[in-house]
Formats: sequence, C-alpha cells, structure tokens
Amino acid sequence: MLRFIARRLAGMLAVLFAVSVLTFLIFAVIPDGAPEDRMAGPTASPGEVAAVRREWGFDKPLYVQYARTMTKIFTGDVVSYVDRTNVVEEIGRGAPRTFSLAIGAAILWVAGGIALGLFGAARAGRATDRLITVLALIGVSMPVFWLGALASHYLGFEAGIFPDGGYAEIGRHGLLEWLWHLVLPWSVLAVVLIGVYSRVLRSNLLDALHADYVRTARAKGLSEGAVLRRHALPNALIPIVTLWGLDFGAVLGGGAVLTESVFDLQGVGQYFADSVGRLDVPPVLAVTMLGTFFIVAVNTIVDIAYAALDPRIRL
Amino acid sequence: MDEARHALEPATGDDPWRLALRRLRANRVAIGFGALFAVLLALSLAAPLWAHVAGTTPSRNHLADTIVIDGQRRDVVTEDRVPIGPTWRAKYFLGADGNGRDVAVRLLYGARNSLFIGITATLISVLLAVMLGLLAGYLRGWVDAVVSRALDVVWAFPVLLLGIALGVALARDGLRLGPLSISGGSKWIPTLIIGVVGAVYLARPLRGLVLSLREQDFVEAARAQGAGPLRIMLGELLPNLASTILVFVPLLVANAILLEGALSFLGAGVRPPDPSWGTMIGDGVALLTSAPHLMIVPGVMLVATVLALNVLGDGVRAALDPRAKVRVGR
Repeated sequence: MLRFIARRLAGMLAVLFAVSVLTFLIFAVIPDGAPEDRMAGPTASPGEVAAVRREWGFDKPLYVQYARTMTKIFTGDVVSYVDRTNVVEEIGRGAPRTFSLAIGAAILWVAGGIALGLFGAARAGRATDRLITVLALIGVSMPVFWLGALASHYLGFEAGIFPDGGYAEIGRHGLLEWLWHLVLPWSVLAVVLIGVYSRVLRSNLLDALHADYVRTARAKGLSEGAVLRRHALPNALIPIVTLWGLDFGAVLGGGAVLTESVFDLQGVGQYFADSVGRLDVPPVLAVTMLGTFFIVAVNTIVDIAYAALDPRIRL
Repeated sequence: MDEARHALEPATGDDPWRLALRRLRANRVAIGFGALFAVLLALSLAAPLWAHVAGTTPSRNHLADTIVIDGQRRDVVTEDRVPIGPTWRAKYFLGADGNGRDVAVRLLYGARNSLFIGITATLISVLLAVMLGLLAGYLRGWVDAVVSRALDVVWAFPVLLLGIALGVALARDGLRLGPLSISGGSKWIPTLIIGVVGAVYLARPLRGLVLSLREQDFVEAARAQGAGPLRIMLGELLPNLASTILVFVPLLVANAILLEGALSFLGAGVRPPDPSWGTMIGDGVALLTSAPHLMIVPGVMLVATVLALNVLGDGVRAALDPRAKVRVGR
C-alpha cells in the first residue's frame, strides 16, 4: 500500500511538472508574444523596452525564465506582468469564492443525483422514470454559461428574487447573504451534473437489482423499498463516489470558470480568464498549476480510496 | 417492453451489426432525435440559400436600415440601439442584433461553424485516439509508457483552462509549427484544441480494449500467417474497435459543440464577426433586457443539437453495447 501511494505521488509530481512546462511553452512560443513590448507600452523607445526586458529577465534563456517563474510561484513572490500585483495574493482572494461555489454545488448535485436516480430505478419503465430520464438528458445538454446568464438575468436582475450576480463574504455580510448570492450559481452548476449522476446511479441500481444477493434479500421477505435502499444502494453508490471525486476536482480545476464569469463571483477561474485576455503569463501559469494539482490530487485520492475499499484491487 | 425486445433478439449466428441496427431502429426516440440532428445539419448547409432570401450576409451590418412591417416603417436598430425582434418574414425572420445583422442568417451560418467544429474536432479525436490506442495497446513496452504518460498529462490538464489559454494565445498571430500554418482568426484553432482534448476520452478505453484483444486467438492466427504489426493493427484489431468508437462518436460531437460554445462565449473560440452559437450568446448577454431573442435563439439551437446527439448516442450505446461505461467530458 505504501509503495503504491509513493508511486502515485511521484507520478503526480511528474504530471504537474509536465503541465507547468507545457503552459509556459504555450506562452513562450506565441509569435510576437514578447511581454516586454506590451509592458513598456506602445510609445516606448527601444531603450525602454530593452530595460524592461533586462529587469524582468526576458533576455535569459527560456529554461532560466521557467525556473525563475516557478521558484517565485512556490515562494509566493510571483507578480503579474500587467499590473505587478502579487499573483498568490490574488489567488488567495479568489479561492474562498471558488471553493464556496464548488463545495455547495457538489453537495447539491450528488444529493439531487442520488434522489432522482433512486426514484427512477424504483419506478423503472414507468412514466415518472421516463420523465426523469428526459429531464436528466436535457440537463446534461445544457450549456452552463447560457443557463447561468438567463437565470442571473431573469431571476436576479428582472424578478429581483436573487442578487444580480456578485459574491458576499460571510465575514462581512453574514451567512444568509453569502447563501443568497450562491443559490443560483450552485443550482446552475449542479443541473448539468445531476443529470449525469441520476443516470449512472439508475443504471447501477438496476444492475444491482438483478444480482444474487438482492434475490436473497427478497427471499428473506424484505420489502422492495428496503431491498433497494439497504442492499442495492450501497453497492451502486461506490462508482458514484469515484465520479463525485473526479468531478469535484474538475470543477475546482477550472470547470468553474464559466459559472464564475456569468455570475461575476470574482473567483480564481474568473481571475484566470481575465489574465489570459491580457496575456499575463504568471497568473495563467499559477492558476493552471493549481487546477492541475486539484485534478491530480483528487484522482490519486480516489484511486487510493478505491484500492482501500475494494479487496479485489491488488496493489 | 420485454416481449418486444424478445422478438428482436437474433436467431443464433446472426450478424451482430445487423442486430444492433435492428435494435436501434426499434428505438423510436433515438431515431427521432437522430433525425432532428440531420435536419439541423441540413439547415446549416442551406445557410447561403436563406441568406439569399433574406438579402444579406451573416456579417453585414444594417444599422441605418428600415423595414416595412404591416404598412409601418420601422428601424432595424432604433436610436437607443434596440434591435428589431422577430418579424417572421424573409428579412429579419428572427430579428436583428445590436449591429442590425440578421439573426436568422447568423444562426444558420453559426450552425455551420458550430457543427463544423464539433464534427471535425471529433474526427481528429477519433483519428488520434485510434492511432494512440492501437500503438500503445499492441506494441506495449516503451511506446505504451510514453503514450500513457502523455494521456495522463492531457487528462490532468484543466480542459477549459487549456482551451482558453491556447485559444486566446493563438488567436493573436496564429500558429506556425513546421509545415502547419494557421492564421489567427481561423476556425482550425478551436477545432484542433477541442480535437486533441477529446481524444483522451476515447484513447484510454481503446488502449485497454487492444490490450485484451491482442491476446486472443485470431490475432495469434494472423501472426502465425506472417502478418506484420501494421497489418494486424489495421486489419485485425481496428475492425474490433469499431463498435466502441461508434458508441463514443455522438457523445464526442455533443461535447465538442458544448466546448466550442463555451470557448466562443469567453472569446477564445470562433472570432468575431464570424458567427457561432457561442459568440452569438456572448453578444446577446449585454442586450438581454431589450432584445432577449439574441440569447434565447442560439441557446435553444445549441441545447437542441446537443440533446439530439446525447439521445442518439444513448440509443447507439444501448443497441451496440448496453453494458458499456461511457463517459465524455467533465
């Protein structure tokens, strides 16, 4: 087990390294992407551009620039090329917002998915099951940015039921305001995934209902509801746990960009989108690293948990 | 329903492809939504025809024009920049946008872009995934190690972040990589990005499939007959991957269209003034109060297309391989 964990951690570091190099290269090889020209401004003389290049080390070989930037990311000294703000501080400002969005939505989509999946499996083949399947497929097909923009406009701006975008900090505005600002973003982000989860759970449950241990449970005289909840559900939930971990990692690792932008939550994802627009490499690199870290970390945790839970998986 | 299914089950030794086709045909919902997708595709191909009827092009502005409706002369875009809503006539059938461009014409040309990117990106994904899956699964050893690690890296990469970063970075001056040269505003930039990202979803299952197939007797027999690796990969293994690929294709297209929409919405996909559903939705956000049709029309098209592909894909999966665990997108 320890060797397995060690191997996974080593693999994680390798992937993080590869991703950071790739991201750095993407911005290094853009033609005319030289940051010193933009930083010195359009009216700068060649001498001023050269000064900026020297000051920021853009005259050094690429690998030196890469090593410097990465060192600065880890020591927390990295600053934006555009406005010289500290990138790690900016990410720290956005992180609670992104986490609030991801955690709330994750609870909502897993609860909703399980409820609808159970309901659908219990009524498999009947009209309500069909209706749930249709709704789930529509949910899966929804573009988050479209649904979000419509919800924010009609329920927020026009009807005034919810705030018109923005984020309220718990510390300053209280729990209720925080909740109120997040209800719509949570729901919009969850709608897409509830569809996925309910469908996966429904088919897992139906598989489980044909298994021998369920027949045994029925033979013992248990009611159909008890069979479903106590015998079929626990087994059908295992893949859901995996899925949940991966999706949570994916949302933290960049999947929240659209929701954050549409609802103007000013989280890490929105910071990323704004920085890309300005070709500001340090924040892009730092956020990409962070996002990759979450995806890989959750993948690793899920693998380890799976191995620990399932005796059939040998390490 | 079980009885109906029973009647469809094969006499022994029936061709599995024919059986799958029969199962799919019996699934009326899937066929219906497949037909819907075909209609949308045909509409997008007919875009120039409608542009001819409407007498404009997707990117031509009509800020100062007027149109006569029921004997009343109305501005296409009023002085406070409110565009006209749906007229249900040849001109401005679905209204105009903030620049006085004909929404219906843009919608159809946007459909061309969105569907072109979705389908082409999926072709790229499938080609890449088949190549990587075959090479890694059949040759194993260091090839497999390299391919698998590369897939790990792309898999770990935050897809949306990668797409945005590449889309914005490349849009400035395009891409020149050896013989490959793409200009900045080209549709090929989002297409390539989405194609590469999508390949991962398919390459992993294909590699696993090849790993198990290569141990089977028919591969051994081919090898004994003196078939080389290339012949085994393309002649023996590839046909056995077909059903898995087919199950993934509609879902990959759906995912690619959604991703294109998201990238274009954020300004990292199709470049204005070229229309795509994503850019049209993005343009519509600012005018949602005065001209809601600008956002609702392309959004409904996007949802309808993706839904059609998802339902069709579900039917294809049920017909070909009901046990398959298929997941595309995150």
